[in-house]
Amino acid sequence: MRRLLASLALACLAVVAAVAASAAAAAVDPETLRQLAFGESDDKLKAIGALAATGDPAVLALLQALLDGNVQTVGGSQVLLVKDDAATDLATGRTVTPVPENRDDVVVNNRVRKGLETAIAALKVSDPDRAVRLAAAKQLQDGADESTLPAIERALAKETDAEVKDLLTLTRASIQLASRDKATRIAAIRALAESGNPATKTLLLGILERRGDSFAEPDADVRAEADKSLRAVDRRLATGEMIGRIFSGVSLGSILLLAALGLAITYGLMGVINMAHGELIMIGAYATYVVQNLFRRYAPGAFDAYLVFAVPAAFAASAVVGMILERSVIRFLYGRPLETLLATWGISLVLIQSVRTVFGAQNVQVENPSWMSGGFAAFADVVLPWNRVVIIGFAAIVLVAIWLLLTRTRLGLFVRAVTQNRAMASCNGVPTGRVDTLAFGLGSGIAGLAGCALSQIGNVGPDLGQSYIVDSFMVVVLGGVGQLAGTVYAAVGLGIVNKFLEGVSGAVLAKIAVLVFIIFFIQKRPQGLFALKGRTVEA
Amino acid sequence: MMMSTAFVPHAGYRAPRFAGLLSGGGWSAWGVAALVLFVVFPVLHLAVPADSALHLSDFWVTLIGKIMCYAIVALAMDLIWGYTGILSLGHGLFFALGGYAMGVYLMRSIGHDGVYHSDLPDFMVFLDWKKYPWYWSFTDHFWYAALLVVLVPGLLALVFGFFAFRSRIKGVYFSIITQALTYAAMLLFFRNDTGFGGNNGFTDFKRILGFPITAPTTRMALFVTTAAALLGFLLLGRWIVKSKLGRVLTAIRDAETRVMFSGYNPMYFKLFVWTASAVICGIAGALYVPQVGIINPSEMSPANSIEIAIWVAVGGRGTLIGPVLGAAIVNLGKSWFTKAFPEYWLFALGLLFILVTLFLPRGLAGLRLPAKRSP
Repeated sequence: MRRLLASLALACLAVVAAVAASAAAAAVDPETLRQLAFGESDDKLKAIGALAATGDPAVLALLQALLDGNVQTVGGSQVLLVKDDAATDLATGRTVTPVPENRDDVVVNNRVRKGLETAIAALKVSDPDRAVRLAAAKQLQDGADESTLPAIERALAKETDAEVKDLLTLTRASIQLASRDKATRIAAIRALAESGNPATKTLLLGILERRGDSFAEPDADVRAEADKSLRAVDRRLATGEMIGRIFSGVSLGSILLLAALGLAITYGLMGVINMAHGELIMIGAYATYVVQNLFRRYAPGAFDAYLVFAVPAAFAASAVVGMILERSVIRFLYGRPLETLLATWGISLVLIQSVRTVFGAQNVQVENPSWMSGGFAAFADVVLPWNRVVIIGFAAIVLVAIWLLLTRTRLGLFVRAVTQNRAMASCNGVPTGRVDTLAFGLGSGIAGLAGCALSQIGNVGPDLGQSYIVDSFMVVVLGGVGQLAGTVYAAVGLGIVNKFLEGVSGAVLAKIAVLVFIIFFIQKRPQGLFALKGRTVEA
Repeated sequence: MMMSTAFVPHAGYRAPRFAGLLSGGGWSAWGVAALVLFVVFPVLHLAVPADSALHLSDFWVTLIGKIMCYAIVALAMDLIWGYTGILSLGHGLFFALGGYAMGVYLMRSIGHDGVYHSDLPDFMVFLDWKKYPWYWSFTDHFWYAALLVVLVPGLLALVFGFFAFRSRIKGVYFSIITQALTYAAMLLFFRNDTGFGGNNGFTDFKRILGFPITAPTTRMALFVTTAAALLGFLLLGRWIVKSKLGRVLTAIRDAETRVMFSGYNPMYFKLFVWTASAVICGIAGALYVPQVGIINPSEMSPANSIEIAIWVAVGGRGTLIGPVLGAAIVNLGKSWFTKAFPEYWLFALGLLFILVTLFLPRGLAGLRLPAKRSP
């Protein structure tokens, strides 16, 4: 009894599946189907082209089935779609039970397979899912011929995504370039001139290529047009590259600025050589990591908003650590800069090892919230990543906030007073000790903010800070001690110079060149770019 | 020479405590050290059978040899920091340059015994280089490599120091640009195209001056050479700091402006001691590489250079024996820690930095000296 029920249920399932399949394949014209199943390779390809040209989504299922080897024939007339032990007659759309024993596979050789893949891709470029469209457009790039043109045109007409659109435009142009009609070729070349995709260049160069005595492109008019388009593309690419480079320079500059701003307060204003500054950055990054994990665990729905909490958390974590350090160690070393340097180096070692002990020596994963991933295309080949754009904005906000804090608040007034004349400030009732602690906490907190920003673009590991400490000191020293404006110019300037040199000489040599430049610069102007005017007394 | 210069007794003048280079006790200690290093250790290593409890194993010979190299570096650091008050965070660079100069010679001595049995060192074969770059010329001669050991760190220090001291860069600024210098050099040496083996540096040496480099007698010869260098540099350092030159250096440390007002130009004094210190470091590096068997760019990392400062600080700045002891204690501690509790070494080193600067500003040697007014 039970067995009977089970087989009944199975039969029902089979019927349901078959009905679904037949619905998908109902619209196939018998003649095309015959060609597809029994014809020679050429006939098959023609049939595939005809099917693809309809643009009917139902065709997609059939072609996919053919590619997967699920289309089989019986006795030279019947064409079946066989799937999961159920067979559907493709011509009638009816389920065939039982499944015939003597089935033959429809032969799909490499050529037909290629044609099938292209046809499937041509159908998929109109898919609502962006990822599917992108994959299809990539698939189309090689091996598309004129038969896919209508599909591409259709897709292009309603495509909104820049990347997919770009790929499709390029594919369309390369199909048209192979056309026998001169006007079509010229039109295609003109269309290419509008594109900023680097691949266009290869395509155009291919037209101008010499093959022995003759050119790849026989017609001189077409070649002239190609030459013109090539120059237009070159110009656009050069502009794009320039913009890309300036952007990455500014981006690097904003990171340097964030890393150096805290130092500009602790070193620039207070004169404390804090070698543990990099580790305060690292602590900010780990605070971000912890907040991210808390959100993932307890509020996965609000994950995209975790940064809103991570920013203050990173500031607070580093500020607290900084204030503890100031109270317990650095305070006793004021006025002894070399000793401060050594002690804070020791602190940095302890902090690194503590983080290693707590979080492990491996890098940890900090994920961008979804609104920060991806990028926005300023030009076809210049994509500005959102996370970098956001960090540039963030650096600007932090800068303004610090400026306001130092110039418009009571704490800022006190900090400046203590910097300029400690004894006089003290006489006027400024609690210098507490101001020191707060100012150091502020500088450390800003390091934490830098860490939060860095966690969004790079690896977070115990050694994170080490790679920024030399750079941050260089920025502060170059900008001039005690000068926020100098720090800004130095950071952005160094960032841009570094990125431009990278283009010329490679990353490592660029870095060395910048360091050597700074070493020489300090020789010339030991007081930095923007020295405070006035006489200073040396100790 | 030393005593003939400034013997004009006046108010407040105190005669130096010792007339000679070292006090009687100092000479005895020096003699004992020489006896132990030149006679006792070699006998214990070479003559005493390996299964005896008194046998000095390869491990200890290498470790002590290594520590003596570090001690020489600490001594050099003390001359520039302890006596002249200039904290260099780039001394690891000079050490590494001396090491590389020796390493170049040792690479040439491998001959055809490399993995690829080529005329060129393995890493050049790997990079598909066909001949030696020009700066490798003559390096198959030991005398030339020995010259490079002195010249390369010396010239770099001379040029760098000339520009730095001429613009009166001092204090923390100087420390930070020396750090940038060694950092830049490290990046440079990490590149494969620089021609010094990139990341891996030089290793797998086979022989030095024709002798197999791992043989016990060669090992002992290197050990004794290093010991001689250390004891020699101790005397040299003593001679420098006790001379009139040394007094000017100390004066520069304590009140540079006053030295200038007294008619001295501090620049040349600083330049001399800075260059001498770099050369001594280079020699230490050259002795270090054949004993340890490897040199790579991580020796130039800023962390290594700053560690040198802590050896000096632990032992006691402004004394000559202090840095030697400091280097020995810190490095023995390091080799014990990294074996027993590898994960806690950084804690220990970090705390050492903090505690010594806070509570032991004059180092271990300072414990024995009478208290003095703040320096």
